[in-house]
Amino acid sequence: MQDMKAAEHPHPTAGTYLRVAAVLAVLTVIEVGVFYVPAFKPFLAPVLLVLSAIKFAIVVMFYMHLKMDSRFFTLLFGGPLLLASGMILGLLFLFGVMALGH
Amino acid sequence: MSHAATTHHTSMGLDSRKMAFWAFIGSECLLFGSLISTYLIYQGRSVSGPTPGEILDIPVTSVSTFDLLMSSLWMVLALAAVQRGDMKWAKIWLFGVVVGGAIFIGFQIYEFTTFVHEGLTLQTNLFGATFFVLTGTHGAHVTVGVLWMGTLWVRALQGKLGPEHAMTVEIAGLYWHFVDVVWIAIFTLVYLLHK
Repeated sequence: MQDMKAAEHPHPTAGTYLRVAAVLAVLTVIEVGVFYVPAFKPFLAPVLLVLSAIKFAIVVMFYMHLKMDSRFFTLLFGGPLLLASGMILGLLFLFGVMALGH
Repeated sequence: MSHAATTHHTSMGLDSRKMAFWAFIGSECLLFGSLISTYLIYQGRSVSGPTPGEILDIPVTSVSTFDLLMSSLWMVLALAAVQRGDMKWAKIWLFGVVVGGAIFIGFQIYEFTTFVHEGLTLQTNLFGATFFVLTGTHGAHVTVGVLWMGTLWVRALQGKLGPEHAMTVEIAGLYWHFVDVVWIAIFTLVYLLHK
């Protein structure tokens, strides 16, 4: 509980925000590049999902300040996010879009 | 009449408005989770075209994706400027966010119009129904964000936005960045991983 109270550290500097933007831009270029390279076809889904998850995490941690804010905010966001992710995966299995044990 | 910013702290020492807004964003995760899962479940099950592979324009959407990402940068720079009381740059960055958001909506209007002309509507097939509902809901969120940021920009122009309103700008920023991360997911799942 103490961790949740210990909150709201100073936000990153403009320099950090610019570096984060550069990383996001590079990751987006890689995403689109990978999409057009035939050699990546067999690994396209995992590669793109990982890149997308990294971009998602970077924005949430640095631009939404969850990295330096109270852990309670992480809980308020992470809980429903996990629930939503679980729901998506559950429905994909239920409707046969994804399958186990083939 | 000036409205002095009042802080509302919870017993945990956290700003209650920020806490409520994070709870709202949590609920939005479930909304977009349901729309994304519906899209994925019906993906590749349309009995007639146009299909995603025939109609999606990746280069154009990549540009609009980049535009939305950069508007997130301008949003945090606006917040940083408000926090240090540099209202000149706060106005510039907030204007950038509004323009960036408007450009994204412009791209979406162009995309939707093109698709309708090419024969894809809500009623055409499962792809059309789920695609327009998902991206349209996201577009509606961006539109709300543009209006919200526009309001902040006007308040800044009127001299009614200062460092004492930093939390107001931070909460608006949380909304804007959430809209951005949802698009990060949509861009990958709908556009780059289409069947």
